[in-house]
Amino acid sequence: MSESAPTNGNGNGKAKGKLAIYWAASCGGCEISILGIDTKILDVAAAFDLVMCPCIADGKVRDIEKMEDGEIDVCLFNGGIRTSEQEYMARLFRQKSKCLIAFGSCATEGCIPGLGNLHNRQSIFDNSYTSETDSTENPDNIRPQAVTEVPEGSLHLPIFYDTLKTLDQTVDVDYYLPGCPPESPRIWEAIEVLLSGNLPDKGATIGENTTVCDYCPRTRHNKKIKEFKRTWEVIPDEETCLLEQGLVCAGLATRAGCGALCPQVNSPCIGCYGPNEGVEDYGARLLSALASVIDSEDPDEIDEIIRKGIPDPIGTFYRFSLAGSLMRRGKRPAPTASSQ
Amino acid sequence: MAEKIGVYVCHCGSNIAGKVDVEDIAKWAGENLDDVAVSRDYKFMCSSLGQQMIEEDIKKEKLTRVVVGACSPHLHEKTFRRACSNAGMNPYLMDLTNIREHCSWVHKDRAQATEKARALISAAVQRVKYQEPLEPMFVDVNPATLVIGGGIAGLQAALELADAGYHVYLVERMPSIGGHMAQFDKTFPTLDCSACILTPKMSEAGQHENITLLTYAELEEVSGSVGSFKVKIRQKARCVDYDACTGCGICVEKCPRKVLDTEFEAGMGNRKAIYMPFPQAVPRVPVIDQDSCIWFERQKCRACEKLCPTDAIKFDQQDELIDIEVGNIIIATGWKPFDSKKIPQYGYGRLANVYTSMEFERLCNAAGPTNGKIVMRDGKTVPKSIAIVHCVGSRDDRHNPYCSGVCCMASLKFGHLVLEKTDAEVYSFYIDMRTNQKNYEEFYQRLLGEGMRFVRGKVSEVTDAARMPTEQGKLIVQCEDTLIGRQQRYPVDMVILMGALEPQEDARELGLKCGISCSMDGWYTERHPKLDPVATMTDGVFVAGTCQGPKDIPASVAQGAAAAARVAGMITKGRVMIEPIVATINEQACSGCKICNNMCPYNAIEFLEDPGVSRVITALCKGCGTCVAACPAGVITGAHFNNKQIFSEIEGILWDALQPADDSSPQAEPVPASAS
Repeated sequence: MSESAPTNGNGNGKAKGKLAIYWAASCGGCEISILGIDTKILDVAAAFDLVMCPCIADGKVRDIEKMEDGEIDVCLFNGGIRTSEQEYMARLFRQKSKCLIAFGSCATEGCIPGLGNLHNRQSIFDNSYTSETDSTENPDNIRPQAVTEVPEGSLHLPIFYDTLKTLDQTVDVDYYLPGCPPESPRIWEAIEVLLSGNLPDKGATIGENTTVCDYCPRTRHNKKIKEFKRTWEVIPDEETCLLEQGLVCAGLATRAGCGALCPQVNSPCIGCYGPNEGVEDYGARLLSALASVIDSEDPDEIDEIIRKGIPDPIGTFYRFSLAGSLMRRGKRPAPTASSQ
Repeated sequence: MAEKIGVYVCHCGSNIAGKVDVEDIAKWAGENLDDVAVSRDYKFMCSSLGQQMIEEDIKKEKLTRVVVGACSPHLHEKTFRRACSNAGMNPYLMDLTNIREHCSWVHKDRAQATEKARALISAAVQRVKYQEPLEPMFVDVNPATLVIGGGIAGLQAALELADAGYHVYLVERMPSIGGHMAQFDKTFPTLDCSACILTPKMSEAGQHENITLLTYAELEEVSGSVGSFKVKIRQKARCVDYDACTGCGICVEKCPRKVLDTEFEAGMGNRKAIYMPFPQAVPRVPVIDQDSCIWFERQKCRACEKLCPTDAIKFDQQDELIDIEVGNIIIATGWKPFDSKKIPQYGYGRLANVYTSMEFERLCNAAGPTNGKIVMRDGKTVPKSIAIVHCVGSRDDRHNPYCSGVCCMASLKFGHLVLEKTDAEVYSFYIDMRTNQKNYEEFYQRLLGEGMRFVRGKVSEVTDAARMPTEQGKLIVQCEDTLIGRQQRYPVDMVILMGALEPQEDARELGLKCGISCSMDGWYTERHPKLDPVATMTDGVFVAGTCQGPKDIPASVAQGAAAAARVAGMITKGRVMIEPIVATINEQACSGCKICNNMCPYNAIEFLEDPGVSRVITALCKGCGTCVAACPAGVITGAHFNNKQIFSEIEGILWDALQPADDSSPQAEPVPASAS
């Protein structure tokens, strides 16, 4: 990637930059959030030509393929990499973009699609294409195939991978913008950073270096937790820290950026903004924090507190970050023979 | 700039080289690990020649990092840090990795031990690159000292320090200082009167201007660290005004409630509900036992209150928490006797004339319940024969595997006292006679001469079921005399069970409060069993006397004095170095979630209300890492143990598992791993 500013500017007589927005394994929420910057989209349009954004504007892959390497100034890439087509596009945008930004939780840490890594292609297809699920009617047990021969020739579908990878597990990434989705004001701030040319170090997450608690107006005390409760079990008090009330609020481990939206409406943070700066593994962090405040010395009681209050540990601690976590399942090859 | 790392692999004679191919590892590290500029092996790295080699390499080769593969950091981390320091390198840029205890000593297979050592060296090389120079910190040593336990070891320690001019807080949980030694009649092998040699020390401690005596008090909480501990002491309610009481004893005399004294008199005598444990008690201030006092039972009586000439009785007195600050702590909490009821075949608690050794101590004691007359439970019959059973609960896998050390000599002492005071025959049933201190063997010889009878064998049973007319009304001791190889029955009048010395019930709990650990048996663990017997792994916390393991009075006194000398050394030095390995909170990034605040075992984290963030009080932090792991935001960093260092170490260990293949290789079209 280029060391210089990815765009030449703010319309001061210079040529406009090129912007691409792409989606892979994601829900489309990121695009909605981009449009949420409202009339500032006009400023974006003034600074950039949008060369690709399947959700919003027309654009052809072959046009991108024809571009020079590094011709696109900024690519906001959302979604994880689940299929061969997505991987192709990720590599293509890496090649054609000066600055590739992993945009949103899916691209940075895998997000909900990443929970598919608890399974593999076989079991996901079993679930989706057999009548095991009530909503599926597939008496002929038809499965998607990468290549299907028909009289007219071969039909191709992207290969569905066993494992969902994050963008940076697939290609080199310049910056990260967390959130599910990134909040519109944060998107605009990021764009301003890009336009300013005053770029952070490569690999940086464009965002805050503190956690949701910093924006949460609730009062906090030293924590001792005897019982975790699930959200449907209580109507929490609106003044005190939700965690102290036994709700697994992930705000304390989650990067600030949302303005503590969920706790402000009496709902615990679920961690969509990912880990704070410098944290290697979001789930492990949150887990060790909660483990630290369980108020019991008795192993059996602790087991019971966890069993009752946190029936789905992966869904609680790795809801957004499983694919990007240290818990990858890439099996390493057996150690080579020891050297002499 | 790449680091220049020196790797030094120690043979430790054959300690490491016997199981680990150290030469191969040194060669391998030099050839295969990145940034390694020098790699050597040497017979004894810790020797002055070994250290010199490191120092010269640092200077000549301009090394920026040093890895030593040798023994435990407990042994030689300081040595090698000093060597680096001498050569002008920051000592915290050295990593000592343990390939002795972790490899050669625990593995049987040479190839596997070597592979593990290789992985550890690789880990250290990866880690050391990211180590940061740290500067040690110094704190002033508070010259006051806390001594926990007012037995002979604690007394000795307290007096040594107080005489040297330093203030001592002596905390004792019983109403009087003195400990077990105050209960004894005579001491072996000199047969000194125990009270005669102990009570002068007690009263000296009681009156010493440098000693604050806190009896009937217990340690509640310790925070801080070497040089500046903050200690909370719970002063239990005596129900007697300490300052107003003159110790006249009229309250004790007039108290109508008598109770069995299971503490000082070991159940052999009575005391009142308001009592001083013994006449020479220090301080001479009685306490009211609230469980037995009639006033606390049914709000009647108040005899003591009415008769006290100085109005010192205070029924409504409450426990009080006293905060003190000290620089060092000496733990001298002693031992407790084995519960002989755990061996039912010896009949204690069931057969009247089976005694514990503590009971017999009181029975012999001139100040005891019988004024020193050795009589049976009926209070008048003088026994004609006495059996002393050794190793009751000691040297017994069902109870305590260790030898209690003092029982053989105590048995000889009992034998002597019985022979002196009565015409009884005395049998000693021993497994091995252990008399290996100064003048102990001579005492044994003396008792052989005095006619004490010795039977070598472990007693299998003490019973009152007679088989022969001669056994009628007697206690029969069944034992195999292993010297003649025959089962024998010995009818006697009285049996004394020489119970084991055991750690105090709450030894572990107290140890936790002070940050020291216990052995499997429950005795406090010293820093080094031979070379550092009174220090512990926690700086500023020392142990003395039997709380560290069974020992006799001279050894307890020696340890008390030794601990005092160590403390005096710290005080004289004036300041102690604190490892700069501490946690730091990035206050800018802290959101004040308050997860860490009550987590710190050293109370080193404070919450600043104004900016709403937490802060580590560096002087109190011991660098344990609890908060680092707990911080959900990852804004607490543990110096010398940051993420980068730890992850690099793990990657180093997995050197042979890490593949050179590009991690981002696609799944569909795998790129062949590039040739290494």
